[in-house]
Amino acid sequence: MPMVLAVAEVADKGLRRVSHEVTGQAHLLSEAMGGQVTALVITGSAGSVDAGELGAYGADQVLLAADQVLAAFQGDQYAEVVKAAIGQCGAAVVLFPATAAGRELAPRVAAAMDAVLASDCIAIGWQEGGVTAQKPLYAGKVIADVALSGELQIASLRPGLFPAQACRPGWSAPVTALALPPLTARAHLREVRGGDANRLDVSEADVILCGGRGMRAPENFALLEELAAMLGGAVGATRAVVDAGWRPHSEQIGQTGKVVSPSLYIMCGASGSIQHWAGMSGSRCIVAINKDPNAPIMQRADYSITGDLFEVLPALKQEIARLRG
Amino acid sequence: MKILVCIKQVPDTEALLRIAADQTTLSDAGVKYILNPYDEYALEEALRIKEAVPGTVIRAITLGPARCAEVLRTAAAMGADEVLHLRADEIPLDGLASARALARVAAEYTPDLILLGKESIDDGNMQVGPMLAELLGLPCITVVTRLTLSAGSLTAECERDDGTAIFEAPLPAVVTCQKGLSEPRYPSIRGKMAAMKMAIPEQPAGVSAGKIRITRLTPPPARAGGKRVGEGAAAVPELVHLLHSEARVI
Repeated sequence: MPMVLAVAEVADKGLRRVSHEVTGQAHLLSEAMGGQVTALVITGSAGSVDAGELGAYGADQVLLAADQVLAAFQGDQYAEVVKAAIGQCGAAVVLFPATAAGRELAPRVAAAMDAVLASDCIAIGWQEGGVTAQKPLYAGKVIADVALSGELQIASLRPGLFPAQACRPGWSAPVTALALPPLTARAHLREVRGGDANRLDVSEADVILCGGRGMRAPENFALLEELAAMLGGAVGATRAVVDAGWRPHSEQIGQTGKVVSPSLYIMCGASGSIQHWAGMSGSRCIVAINKDPNAPIMQRADYSITGDLFEVLPALKQEIARLRG
Repeated sequence: MKILVCIKQVPDTEALLRIAADQTTLSDAGVKYILNPYDEYALEEALRIKEAVPGTVIRAITLGPARCAEVLRTAAAMGADEVLHLRADEIPLDGLASARALARVAAEYTPDLILLGKESIDDGNMQVGPMLAELLGLPCITVVTRLTLSAGSLTAECERDDGTAIFEAPLPAVVTCQKGLSEPRYPSIRGKMAAMKMAIPEQPAGVSAGKIRITRLTPPPARAGGKRVGEGAAAVPELVHLLHSEARVI
């Protein structure tokens, strides 16, 4: 029976949402293939995560790789673990989340196993014995339908895009400890710094407040921070703002930044260049607030308000607070 | 010290891309090509190392059709000492096919350091760097925003979801470069003039058939024209109402 391996990702608070997304897609794929799903959970300590929970999202069994060395992501050791898991479950297809870690891990495994890899896919399927996928090119200016071939086929899935709903609520999958291979490293991780566990990355946020040059000064981003906090979202930035040093590059959205697809994208004081649009046009609902009614973003947004954002944003904060009662 | 910088030619980010009649390729007509922006950081980093470590030689290589020679001229104009064009009819979408061709050259050249951009902005694959390292059995540090070399080893800071990771690795190693490293320099006029006239050595890339095939290209779904809610703070209650009850996003 063909096996699909779903590689989960663990953070401080347990399994990341992307683990559910990837396991869910692995489940749909395994149904089309007439196969099964093994989920792989890699963690620093077995007790820190409920790996069996992935059963509810479609995993038929779970392999658990737990070792102190695996507490933080390290490409060398993690790749050894994934290769061992592929061997143990006999996977024909492997799905990774296209997170920062997944995007380093998947190509390492693909090269080591002589396998094809489709990166950052936005749809995935099975046709005539091979994986099919949709993959944005040029940051989404073009969408490619692709067909993979070969004995082992690998894809990474864009985070935040696929549903993370349980298909078998409450069902816990049997968990087996993976016999760990030697975890040797060519590069040595010395430290992981400054990760604010409460800070939501734009690539995972369901609401994004994005500021452009129209924010006028770095301190004015506090307005967006406050709104983001109220809406459970994250602050994003245009390239101009990042180039000016107002915001870190990790917040940059666009063709030379991150590509995002939140439910709600609120664009404040930016015109919406073609490069920026490429990074956020997949958002479900786009709101633009801009002084210039003729800015490109004002033509393309779902809702737009023409006006001074230093008047509109405080009013927005107040109105949302009222709505939330 | 020998540094190999792998660079790629990509369509300009301003380019309006048209899908060709065969629906599986893009029309070349009117497309302006540029050096992949992240590869500029890789080149700049190599140049800074060269300035700090006397005797350093920088070799830039690219893989692709004739038009790609242009990025090697840009690299030479910026200050690369040697260039090599690996000729192929097209740049494969399968990262492993490219990585194999680059690995063959790297194995022969035996660089102390291999630098690449963290990704190319055309296919956005982020594959070739880690694949190249894996094929060569070298340490690999990805998405690096700060790089320090000392005798026979490197320290690198990389950007990732859980914060900034600091890695140490012995040389030779593969490093993929992210914005945050030093801003790339503009080529000097003199450098540009010299690069324009230089001969670009080339050899066949020997790219194998990839295992990923494009069956169809489509434009992204069009967005319907939006609603102009109004002007200034007065329009905010209506906006919030629409977001809540029409779009249902708050």
